[in-house]
Amino acid sequence: MDTDRLIRSLAADHESRTRPLAATLAPALLVALLVSLTMLLATVGLRKDLMVAMRNPLFDLKFVVTLSLALPALAISLHLSRPEASLKGWAGWLLLPVVILALAIPAEMMMMPQRPPMMTRLMGRSAMLCLTAIPLLSLPLLAAALIVLRQGAPARPALAGAVAGLLSAGLAATIYAAHCIDDSPLFVATWYTLATALVTAIGALAGARLLKY
Amino acid sequence: MRGRDDEWTDLMRSANAGDGVAYHRLLKSVTPVLRAGARRGLARAGQPPDQAEDIVQDILLAVHLKRQTWDADAPFAPWLFAIARNKLIDALRRRGRRVFVNIDDFAEVLPGEPPAETLAPGEVADHLAGLPQRQREVLQSIAVDSDSIKATAAKLSMTEGAVRVALHRGLASLAAKLRA
Repeated sequence: MDTDRLIRSLAADHESRTRPLAATLAPALLVALLVSLTMLLATVGLRKDLMVAMRNPLFDLKFVVTLSLALPALAISLHLSRPEASLKGWAGWLLLPVVILALAIPAEMMMMPQRPPMMTRLMGRSAMLCLTAIPLLSLPLLAAALIVLRQGAPARPALAGAVAGLLSAGLAATIYAAHCIDDSPLFVATWYTLATALVTAIGALAGARLLKY
Repeated sequence: MRGRDDEWTDLMRSANAGDGVAYHRLLKSVTPVLRAGARRGLARAGQPPDQAEDIVQDILLAVHLKRQTWDADAPFAPWLFAIARNKLIDALRRRGRRVFVNIDDFAEVLPGEPPAETLAPGEVADHLAGLPQRQREVLQSIAVDSDSIKATAAKLSMTEGAVRVALHRGLASLAAKLRA
């Protein structure tokens, strides 16, 4: 087929317009969030002392940290779906949860003079569950994100996939935090971060294959 | 190149507003620039220019299928050239070349450069044969016989909606086959 003919068929197809990615990604992630939430409720459930825990600022802080990862990662995922986009000017937002945790760790020491020793808080009581649950809960979210982002045209598919991994780990961790019995920022900084790194790596590997256009 | 870039941006905005003629003119207008860029890139990689047309068609398909990622408030040319570079790099990589794509292969137009002649493309034609029958028939009718969607629908006893769907699917699977 020569190029003039190809152009003719492209022009004939000009009415086939897909919606902007943001308009598709939001509902897809909402559905995936419900799936992940159902997974949590059907297995380990919410934390037994949820009502009491909510009055503990360190418990609430976990949601701030996970959302401070998920929301910038969502915006960056959409940005990176454009062919001419790069991380330049955006990467700093990904440090937001790191900064919050770096402030929260000394804050915990000042707030709680009667705290358990550092290693006890860091190791917590549920590290293995955290390492398993967050990646598992993130799978529906990562799948939804990648399916939608396939409509995009990222310059670096592995990078776009990695950021989609951050986004899904952030949302999955937000759900898991409602079960997690460890509230110390030291625990979050260690185990949530490891779980997130795992999901990010999966996202990068999947993205390199699936997001190439 | 200010004038040309502005013209492209205007055409793409009209196309997004539903103007099919503007869209056709835009694709016609970018093609020689893409062709010259593809040849320049191939030459720089020490490759013969005979794959240039395949690369051009690959770029055009991607432009078409990914056009919702263009931000209507941004100029069109940087978006176009980003796709073009991506596709050129891809083509060189698939042929096992060490990839060095100059950022300006597409953006710059050398003064006095003769327009590159069109070479016969092979890849799209090869993949066309492998499409499902309906998609192939619709593409043949519209691309080769230059029939309208309406005429194609009448000829193949399909609804116009079904023709549109088959056309779009056919173009999307051509792009997917080129990527594989």
